[in-house]
Amino acid sequence: MRHVIIGAGVAGLASIEAIRSLDTSSEIIMLGEDPHGFYSRPGLAYYLTGELYDKALFPKTREDYARLKFKYQTTRVTKINRAQKNVQLDGKALLSYDKLLIATGASAIPLTVPGAHLQGVVKLDHLEDARLILKFAKRGKTAVVVGGGITALELTEGLLSRGVTVHYLLRGDRYWSNVLDEHESRIVERRLQEEGVTLHFHSELIEVIGKGGKVGGVRLLNGRTFKCDILAYAIGIRPRLDLARDAELALDRGILANEFLQTNDPDIYAAGDVAQVYDPLLGRSVLDSLWNPAREQGRVAGLNMAGQRKSYIKRAPFNVTRLAGLTTTIIGAVGHGHDEDVLGIARGDSETWRQPPDAIVAQGGFDTNHVRILVGEKTIIGAIVMGDQTLSTPLQKIIANKMDISRIHDKLLARDAKIADVIVDFWSHYLTRA
Amino acid sequence: MSFLNIFKSDATRRTTLFSGHVVPDSSRCVQCGICTYNCPIEIDVRAHVWRGEAIKHNECLTCGECVARCPRGVLRFEQTDLFKAGEE
Repeated sequence: MRHVIIGAGVAGLASIEAIRSLDTSSEIIMLGEDPHGFYSRPGLAYYLTGELYDKALFPKTREDYARLKFKYQTTRVTKINRAQKNVQLDGKALLSYDKLLIATGASAIPLTVPGAHLQGVVKLDHLEDARLILKFAKRGKTAVVVGGGITALELTEGLLSRGVTVHYLLRGDRYWSNVLDEHESRIVERRLQEEGVTLHFHSELIEVIGKGGKVGGVRLLNGRTFKCDILAYAIGIRPRLDLARDAELALDRGILANEFLQTNDPDIYAAGDVAQVYDPLLGRSVLDSLWNPAREQGRVAGLNMAGQRKSYIKRAPFNVTRLAGLTTTIIGAVGHGHDEDVLGIARGDSETWRQPPDAIVAQGGFDTNHVRILVGEKTIIGAIVMGDQTLSTPLQKIIANKMDISRIHDKLLARDAKIADVIVDFWSHYLTRA
Repeated sequence: MSFLNIFKSDATRRTTLFSGHVVPDSSRCVQCGICTYNCPIEIDVRAHVWRGEAIKHNECLTCGECVARCPRGVLRFEQTDLFKAGEE
């Protein structure tokens, strides 16, 4: 039996661990384009800021790999031949498989404005991208960052911490408006400004101006131009679907996989950013471009490849990030377009946060703390916790388990309610009963 | 918060630091390695987090470097019974 894994990300690695937990003898071959193999891609942000050096991004030791008994090959898979059950490597050699996992991930949507090819135009997809950014940052004095989400902010923070002057272009009137409320956007923006970032609202890049083949400046839709040496962009990601499309696997926005992570070809599985997985609880297929769901999907795919029937159950949406130095947890539904019956309440700092409910000392010491919860009739459906994370675990469990909060519903909605206290009380009560 | 509560809170915190361990919420972790990189006695904190285990390394000083530096709030101190008499 031979398992072939395409992709060297966390989904691929988790699938190998899962296969090995059931089967110690089958052959496993991982094929990856990245010459560095498996490393923490989200960690690249912290390599940019200088909190880590590059070698520290590699979580696994030689012994870990030896225990998993698999072969890693740096190669580009150019074709999947479903009828012959083999894959073509670099347009030449063929490698047969019994079970195949496609875990090719997603890549940055390329910038298409004129000048996007110039030296000094950078993105943050791989370790080599990060190294290139650091190389330019040594010489560059001014950078322009484009993009609305987390990665754009990571680029901003990374460049800033390397002494580069940063101009951050935002298309709208505030940062990450489809997730954060106005107050939260302003918290992030104010912190960036305090660190010296110049924010440009209602600003859209239309051209990167060249100077001898290198970035020399930018032109905006509003006609404004200014000089810069680096243009960093993060305008979204998209699943890498080419192989699956060529092989005529069923696709939507990602490779369609059932709850067992199986595609419409029963010997081919898909997991991670590339997969659009059927969620039996939601009753529809969803894309998920987060690291932990990728790990879990890889694990479940691996178990199924090794013969165990195991369903993937998507957890309540949950994301952790750091926004302008503030650890931020986003749980459940916090964005726009929700039910009018759902009431959002937000509060700033609270002393309760430093009085943990069950002798837990969580990360604290932030100068700004903020929590917002979205309260439905009987449940809390979403929350965002910025800064002190004491409330994060209780809220995560209250939301994921759809715990009945009728008892505290009115207290939460009371004028000037101390929502942190109310939640901590609720949680303490729950723990003592449990 | 009244000052008595501050004392109580501080006492809880000290007890936890003294008798507790660093425990992870692995679902928050992306294996970046800042925890391991900053551990003064070179415990591979990240490997524990991958396995979802408390840092039950007998040399852990519970100094808090990993807890404080993790960019995603993965780690916390918690009282556990890991080192109760007879167990380890």
